[in-house]
Amino acid sequence: MASLFEYAPAPESRAVVDIAPSYGLFIDGEFREASDGRVFKTVSPSTEEVLSEVAQATEADVDAAVKAARKAFETWSALPGSERAKYLFRIARIIQERSRELAVLETLDNGKPIKETRDADLPLVAAHFFYYAGWADKLEHAGFGPNPRPLGVAGQVIPWNFPLLMLAWKIAPALAAGNTVVLKPAETTPLSALFFADICRQAGLPKGVVNILTGDGSTGAALVAHEGIAKVAFTGSTAVGKAIARTVAGTDKKLTLELGGKGANIVFDDAPIDQAVEGIVHGIFFNQGQVCCAGSRLLVQESIQDELLDALKRRMSTLRVGDPLDKNTDVGAINSAEQLARITELADSGTAEGAERWAPACELPSSGYWFAPTLFTNVTQAHRIAREEIFGPVLSVLTFRTPAEAVAKANNSQYGLSAGIWTEKGSRMLAVASKLRAGVVWANTFNKFDPTSPFGGYKESGFGREGGRHGLEAYLDV
Amino acid sequence: MSERLSVFKTYKLFVGGKFPRSESGRVYEVTDSKGNWLANAPLSSRKDGRDAVVAARKAFSAWSGATAYNRGQILYRVAEMLEGRRDQFVAEVADAEGLSKAKAAAQVDAAIDRWVWYAGWTDKIAQIAGGTNPVAGPFFNVSSPEPTGVVAVVAPQASSFLGLVSVIAPVIAAGNTVVVVASEKAPLPALSLGEVLATSDVPGGVVNILSGRAAEIMPSLAAHQDVNAIDLAGAGAELATELEAAAADNLKRVLRPQAVDWVAAPGTGRLMAFLETKTVWHPTGSLGAGGSSY
Repeated sequence: MASLFEYAPAPESRAVVDIAPSYGLFIDGEFREASDGRVFKTVSPSTEEVLSEVAQATEADVDAAVKAARKAFETWSALPGSERAKYLFRIARIIQERSRELAVLETLDNGKPIKETRDADLPLVAAHFFYYAGWADKLEHAGFGPNPRPLGVAGQVIPWNFPLLMLAWKIAPALAAGNTVVLKPAETTPLSALFFADICRQAGLPKGVVNILTGDGSTGAALVAHEGIAKVAFTGSTAVGKAIARTVAGTDKKLTLELGGKGANIVFDDAPIDQAVEGIVHGIFFNQGQVCCAGSRLLVQESIQDELLDALKRRMSTLRVGDPLDKNTDVGAINSAEQLARITELADSGTAEGAERWAPACELPSSGYWFAPTLFTNVTQAHRIAREEIFGPVLSVLTFRTPAEAVAKANNSQYGLSAGIWTEKGSRMLAVASKLRAGVVWANTFNKFDPTSPFGGYKESGFGREGGRHGLEAYLDV
Repeated sequence: MSERLSVFKTYKLFVGGKFPRSESGRVYEVTDSKGNWLANAPLSSRKDGRDAVVAARKAFSAWSGATAYNRGQILYRVAEMLEGRRDQFVAEVADAEGLSKAKAAAQVDAAIDRWVWYAGWTDKIAQIAGGTNPVAGPFFNVSSPEPTGVVAVVAPQASSFLGLVSVIAPVIAAGNTVVVVASEKAPLPALSLGEVLATSDVPGGVVNILSGRAAEIMPSLAAHQDVNAIDLAGAGAELATELEAAAADNLKRVLRPQAVDWVAAPGTGRLMAFLETKTVWHPTGSLGAGGSSY
């Protein structure tokens, strides 16, 4: 199938981005080395090329950053909302201006296709700042009382799957509400957050309002444990989310968690098959499946199983896996060797537990971290690949006969972040949606995001919402 | 060396994205507060008003259909463009309203910030004016605001620029298109605003600016069957009553003149004035028994 279409290489130019050989921590408006001088390397997951060296923040650095943020909070929170709004509008505009540079940077550091960073990540990043900029002077209209107040310093820890987008989801509402932030980007994707520090400089943002600390899990742990923090916002694994919940127990720290998922994508017999196949593919192979809200469990009505799977396999055979900088690439690199090992282990458990594995013929690059788009059939609810979050391009297919059975299976998960419903019948869609224990339900579409639309989970997918009017609540004393 | 002779600007209307003179060929003399001649402004006719309505109607479909995000970006662009021409507007407002440079600058700065304020509202109106309704039955029920349509506006008479911006911006932020009759005595800042809008990605016809006498132009707009609402901000009591009565013929929405401090932060009143609420019902069906609630 793949040979039907021979594509000439169409690489996006790297020349648009200038990566320095090393970066410090961004504290109080300036870059500085870690207090003990330690650094670590960040690599391009598609080539294993070292892109840069960044500082490993220590507890002392965390303390300095929180102090800087605390000091900046006094003036930042006292600014009229309309002035904070204008800073955020500036940031939104500068992101728009520099979006190609940032898209290429993100693709290099993360491994995701340029098609996605260019057309999804970056437009959403700018839109998010634009949206929350508009809230900064309208907080009394947001439905949280006449004079909602900011919390203080927010400690924010974000994942590697959407580095800059998760930064935007965290920083934009925090600043709009009048908080200041200390943000730790993921260990494997620190660069776009450091470029964001430069955008803060260009926007003239007062020093200390945004502080960026690079580091590993120990930095994040020190940050959420710091007593100067009034708010903790975390996006990442459920295991770390639980550890953070334990850390903040007994404190006044406000907490929001956006954690793992095992989204069910439910396809009924009246669904438009071609559109459903596109939605399934997008749901699980977007960003190599490294998406907390991925539609990683396909629940297909028994009567259309064969037809749907045939169409799905045909479509999967046309996916182009390879160089993330190539504009035709659909599936890029897995973010790290560690993540690749985890995906590999879970996929192997699927075979070992009796599920049937299928992947299209697909040549993977010789260096870097890669995993072919993979499908499992004959999956039962007891299989690990039906229960555990794989966070990779691996789809588990289960079947059902009745809508009630579909709902029961969809809800049979510790998670409750997302779900998809494919049916032409509106009343069935709404009935199923109302029964699903999931924070986001997409009907006849999947993986849609918008700054105006709240996002977050039920159950062990975390609590609190990001985006929309609801997203403000996480950063206000209400 | 003699002083260089300056080039005067011909002030023109702004209709359908173009800068026509009045079809009537008429102008009137505009002076500063001391009576010194500033310019000749077009004295718009009723026909100019009708032409403006045609342009506004033509623009309505695309403007109201644009995403709220897109409209917000465009309103913000207006603020960006105005900031760059701040000095020009400070001079024009100072002349028009007899203000010191500093006071005129405060008016212009507030007007720029007002565009930013309304830019932020485009994608939030629905979130405070709409919502789902928990009807007592198996129905999904959601109410959303939609723009009313073409709105004819009498701009404030005294606040020639800040007042003007304060009445135009909320109308178009919500997705309406507008025909505005500028302050009769001080129309020049309004006519110059057309030049800013023309270079701000605002589609032609979304804002149409006329200068002249509201008492001459507005009665035909208030009675116009293709105008959906009128804002009487700058109309005197007598004219306002006449226009409101004329508006009843096709039940235009009417925003009556009120005492407004244009400098103060606006609420949401002007945004809400030109919205319709649409409520959609859909059965939710039933799955019967079953379904886990875990």
